[in-house]
Amino acid sequence: MNELPQQLVNGLLLGSMYGLVAIGYTMVYGIVQLINFAHGEIFMTGAFGALTVYAYILPDGTSMWVALPLMLIGAILVAVMVAVGAERLAYRPLRNAPRLAPLITAIGLSLALQQAVWAWYPDAKSPRIFPQIGGGPFHLGNVTIQTGDIFLFVAAPISMAVLAYFVMKTRTGRGMQATAQDPDTAKLMGVNTDRIIVIAFALGATFAAVGSVAYGLKYGQIDFRMGFILGLKAFTAAVLGGIGNIYGAMLGGIVLGVAEALSTAYISDIPGMDKFGSQSWADVWAFVLLILVLLFRPQGLLGERVADRA
Amino acid sequence: MRQRSLIAITAALAAGALTLTACGSRDSGKSSDSGKGGGTTVTIGVDAPLTGDLSALGLGIKNSADLAVKTANKQNYVKGVTFQIQALDDQAQPSSGQQNATKFVADSSVLGAVGPLNSSVAESMQKVFDDANLVEVSPANTNPALTQGANWQTKKARTYKSYFRTATTDAVQGPFAAQYVYNDAKKKKVFVIDDKKTYGAGLAATFTQEFKKLGGTIAGTEHINPDTKDFSAVATKVKNSGADVVYYGGEYPQAGPLSKQIKAAGAKVPLVGGDGIYDPTFIKLAGSNSAGDLATSVGAPVEQLPSAKEFVANYKAGGYKEEYAAYGGYSYDSAWAIIEAVKKVVEDNGGKLPSDARAKVTAAMQNVSFDGVTGKVSFDEFGDTTNKQLTVYAVKNGAWAPVKSGTYTG
Repeated sequence: MNELPQQLVNGLLLGSMYGLVAIGYTMVYGIVQLINFAHGEIFMTGAFGALTVYAYILPDGTSMWVALPLMLIGAILVAVMVAVGAERLAYRPLRNAPRLAPLITAIGLSLALQQAVWAWYPDAKSPRIFPQIGGGPFHLGNVTIQTGDIFLFVAAPISMAVLAYFVMKTRTGRGMQATAQDPDTAKLMGVNTDRIIVIAFALGATFAAVGSVAYGLKYGQIDFRMGFILGLKAFTAAVLGGIGNIYGAMLGGIVLGVAEALSTAYISDIPGMDKFGSQSWADVWAFVLLILVLLFRPQGLLGERVADRA
Repeated sequence: MRQRSLIAITAALAAGALTLTACGSRDSGKSSDSGKGGGTTVTIGVDAPLTGDLSALGLGIKNSADLAVKTANKQNYVKGVTFQIQALDDQAQPSSGQQNATKFVADSSVLGAVGPLNSSVAESMQKVFDDANLVEVSPANTNPALTQGANWQTKKARTYKSYFRTATTDAVQGPFAAQYVYNDAKKKKVFVIDDKKTYGAGLAATFTQEFKKLGGTIAGTEHINPDTKDFSAVATKVKNSGADVVYYGGEYPQAGPLSKQIKAAGAKVPLVGGDGIYDPTFIKLAGSNSAGDLATSVGAPVEQLPSAKEFVANYKAGGYKEEYAAYGGYSYDSAWAIIEAVKKVVEDNGGKLPSDARAKVTAAMQNVSFDGVTGKVSFDEFGDTTNKQLTVYAVKNGAWAPVKSGTYTG
């Protein structure tokens, strides 16, 4: 049986999730040139926000169709609060510090957020079960799609469309573009850059929160370390797609996800390569791909501006 | 200059933040029953993952060792000696395990250690303990190489004389599972997956060897990355391989999602694993489709042994928050073995601890023999338990139910 369509779908789903998280990296980088390494943990707090709504606020046995939108709102609220709080308390005081200082702050914040959830969220010391959407999987030909994945299939394109509209058409969105191009001139033109930066953090957190609910529905469990590896992958996706470019983030995510799925599936079939084809090598191949892309296109797949400011 | 000092400060801060997570001794608190008996206090170190994915097993180990110590103190089992435990968290990391081992060695009141859970952690601790002549009894390590040397398949040779274990090895566990799967469950085509760790890869290898010998076919092999939760690509491979059973060498944090995703991909085949997946958390993570999944675990089911009834009752009475989990009985026996050895040493020395107590305890351990929770506890010339009983468990109605107990005989 041909497993290519199924592996492509597997990769596409994984990749859309990377993409949703990568948007946060790329937006913040595009505007303040900060690699927000705590973004993976913002993603993680979003998942716990959604779980809080389901487990502690809604009455037991609430239908998932009612609960899901409320969980999504809970996830977004928590993630945005954490992100905006982080910006206000950790990053803004360092706005004019050498670039290394906010970077290290971000790493510290990432650890602090993990430990905070570990220490204070009830039963978060081992994985928590995330509620699932019932119903059997859907079959399209010989491709199987889980009910939990439907959310990701719907949410990822809608999120991208909303984001594109916001950045291109609204006044705030254009203010963001202006700030990204030249913060000083934007300020002179009357753009409130502090506000724009907060909005960038909040938007990134919103998409991470959508991604975190998708993660919970897809894998059925969340834990305090879930953001670490996923955050690294999403950051890779952002670089692969061209950091600073929102479409690049999604494209980079999808390329990375598909590369991981296909390398797991097919590399071991190449004669002499059976040792290097298992899933434990998927990350290696994904990074080989990243290096190759950066070798020939240092600005990433869709990056327009040369990385002169990094 | 200003720039440089700023970098120095931030670097120092980052280093501080890193050690914050690395030290991992948050849960260490000494628990003791001091205040009675007086005399000498002997500490039994406990090293296990008390936080993180594997904490369900680790906390069971810690609590059970604590129960053994409390029981010994209550009975005044060794006259003039009060026991206490000191539990350190290794987070299932070899590096943390080694740091903990060093800490135990540095504390002169420590005369023995129970743990660790993971074979890979044990590898990093063995030498530290052995150099200090400090005895280590693991309730859970199943990798044969830990006692019988790296070439255990061809030439057995004991590497560390201070290392003992109450758990049966994978050299027995893997083949036992293979025989059950082939002869009793009548599955002939297996897909073998492991996590590349010492325990998982070792188990998968011994399973594969025996399964082939019996005449089964290997439909495919795969190694997963334990850091991820996305096994969909692997699940698709399993489905397309046409295997009628999956063997997984690894632990439940990955096995649960793996089982779930394999079934979701449309392959309705049971997942079989070792004692590393024999935990209620596996069923929680794998979901309702895990019914029929199998696990082998060392010894007979604790609940069914008459010798264990007292342990189970005492554990409940002890008011521990966590379950004793898969290794509870073995941990109790490990701690008790140390207590027995200390008793022997103290009695031989006229009721006092000798100055070279550590070496004497290590030597005494070799001849320890008593009826423990899990049956007769004694050690062979490699430090392995002489109790080679194993049990197959299956997921039934959301819980592990024993299916078949037996002894593997070559």
